Amino acid sequence: MTTTNTTRRGFLRTGAAGLALGVASPAYLRAQGAPLKIGHLTPTTGFLGPLGEYAQMGIKLAVEHINANGGAGGRQVELVMEDSVNPQTASTKAERMFERDGVDMIIGEISSASCLTISQVAARYKKCFVNTGGNSDSLRGQDCNRYMFHVETQNSMYVNAEGAFFKSQDLVEGKNWYTMTADYAFGHDLLSAAKAFLDANGGVIAGEDLVPTDATDFSSYLLKIRQAEPDVVALNLAGTQITNFFKQYGEFGLDFTLGGFGFDTVSAWAAGAQNFRGTWPNVWNHLVPNDASQAFVKAFTDAYGKPPENQAWGDYNAGLIMAQAVAAAGDASGDALVGYLESSEAQFDLMKNRKGYFRPSDHQLIQEIYAITALPADEVKNEYDIFTTSEPLPGADEPLETLAQSVTGGTCSL
Amino acid sequence: MLGLFIAQVLNGLLDGTYYLLIALGLSLIFSLGGIINLAHGAFFAIGAYLAILITPHVGYFGALILVPLIVAGLGMLTERSLFTRFYRIDPLYSLLLTFGLAMVIEQGLRWIFGASPQNYNMPDILRGQVFMGDFIYSRYRLFLIAVAVVAVAGLWVLLNRTSFGRIVRAGVQNPEIVGSLGISLRPYLSVVAGIAIGLAGLAGVLLSPIYTIHPAMGAEIITLAFVVVVIGGLGSFWGVIIAAILVGLTKGILVAVGLSSWSTAAIYLLMFVVLLLRPRGLLGERILRFE
Repeated sequence: MTTTNTTRRGFLRTGAAGLALGVASPAYLRAQGAPLKIGHLTPTTGFLGPLGEYAQMGIKLAVEHINANGGAGGRQVELVMEDSVNPQTASTKAERMFERDGVDMIIGEISSASCLTISQVAARYKKCFVNTGGNSDSLRGQDCNRYMFHVETQNSMYVNAEGAFFKSQDLVEGKNWYTMTADYAFGHDLLSAAKAFLDANGGVIAGEDLVPTDATDFSSYLLKIRQAEPDVVALNLAGTQITNFFKQYGEFGLDFTLGGFGFDTVSAWAAGAQNFRGTWPNVWNHLVPNDASQAFVKAFTDAYGKPPENQAWGDYNAGLIMAQAVAAAGDASGDALVGYLESSEAQFDLMKNRKGYFRPSDHQLIQEIYAITALPADEVKNEYDIFTTSEPLPGADEPLETLAQSVTGGTCSL
Repeated sequence: MLGLFIAQVLNGLLDGTYYLLIALGLSLIFSLGGIINLAHGAFFAIGAYLAILITPHVGYFGALILVPLIVAGLGMLTERSLFTRFYRIDPLYSLLLTFGLAMVIEQGLRWIFGASPQNYNMPDILRGQVFMGDFIYSRYRLFLIAVAVVAVAGLWVLLNRTSFGRIVRAGVQNPEIVGSLGISLRPYLSVVAGIAIGLAGLAGVLLSPIYTIHPAMGAEIITLAFVVVVIGGLGSFWGVIIAAILVGLTKGILVAVGLSSWSTAAIYLLMFVVLLLRPRGLLGERILRFE
């Protein structure tokens, strides 16, 4: 009996110790070999669909490359991708990804409104959400949250970069600006950042129109712009509206300087060399002349038959950043990742001249961005290389955070 | 300033023609077969994508002729295979059918061509502007309007001055009597669906050089076209034309006076007021079957 007792006690003791060890041991010990699950949500239908398609291509390629290089901290990566549709659906799908699919993090999005709802779900589950396409300043300001990180550049940074370009062309002080703004959160956000910039630098708003998001025809606006004879026409439009505007701007023969504060190269490609014009800010583009960028362009083109759009860059890099974070933190839990991403050792190679890092105060990825300028139609050689890229902004002699100073969007209290 | 206002009014008048081709077809299919074709916009999108495909081989003007014919063929095929089953039952079922069809076509286009917008340019000969005193206008748009007017006039002649049109109009009012006179409406229904959907294809080619070509472009235009039909009155030829002009004018004038953010809302408000005062639309006919 005694022996049995001892054995049973021994068994219990060892068992308890084992259990305790299991609970106490770092997650990566238990999870060794278990795949890292990344959830990807982005709109693939609707007016942001074209960008969403590039986003999905980007993240798929990232996962392929991570797995081919031994995974994230030794763990193979599994990808769950879905169309986020709209803010409500995005929230439901994020919930389902954490609950049912058991994803360790969510990457993606383009719509700032959907970013907000996903980030709230992520915070509830204490898992990371990496925003790759939402530009809104308030996401980094009053709506910021501990588990949300932004690979996409914010509106104010684009405004500051594009503004610096216009200043260098002497198109700001005392000059007349005509703004066209998409009548929803993104447009309004961009407009207030643009106005703050013009106010600070002596630009004059000669005319401003709010454009309903379902407007496809700009003829009546173009007649007004012609009458107003502005020095600069600034667009705060999104998606296919920008392309429509380009096509009709050329059609009506307007040639005032055209520019804007938010841009995706897919809009330029859709408008074509004959219609695309002006200078536009850009988080990255396929013409950035360094080895890492060109290697990415080659890998992407080999996989999909066309060069990557800036949105593909965003989701590809978000994937690599998070794989690096999981490897470095040794754990995919939200808090471990936040700890690493906020630390000063978290520096990321972004296919740009300088490395980037997440600013701990608002989780914005501080990085170089670019401006692209339309090539004259007769200098264009193929349907993709229809613009030239600037040197990285800010310039090499300026601190990386230059563009991310004086941002709008409220204060973030992390 | 007055000059600008007049220019805006003129532009508003012209703006209406863009939805006219879609709206007329929508109205035609409904009045003859009682089918609300929510897939009409999808055929518009097919027209645009076909234009991209065949322009390199036949040129823009070749596409302008061929694409509407191909889309009309697809329309007749759709009518024969799908619509015929829904003529005699509650319109709700055909609404579901065409809603589904629209989604299938949109997703099909996305599947084949990708979600990225496609690049399509106008022919050089139509590029540039026309100056009429103070009023400067796009040469392409004047061409577009001319084609639209010719197409609409042709449709009017077909419906009002031919024996084909007489039978169609009789069929709209009373299919039973037409049947008892020994005339089968079947082939007429197919041809009318072909013409109506072909017009959407024509609009697809016409608007491609100035709008963005993407898979959801049909969904973008169908709502407005539908509103035009409702304002004009289902089944009314002139009602739809007047409504298209009204909608264009409303938008143009609101943008001109600086109330652009209201330009879409105002159209729905217009529809609301018209429905309140004239539930059948401006010139809506009383069609016995639908009362």
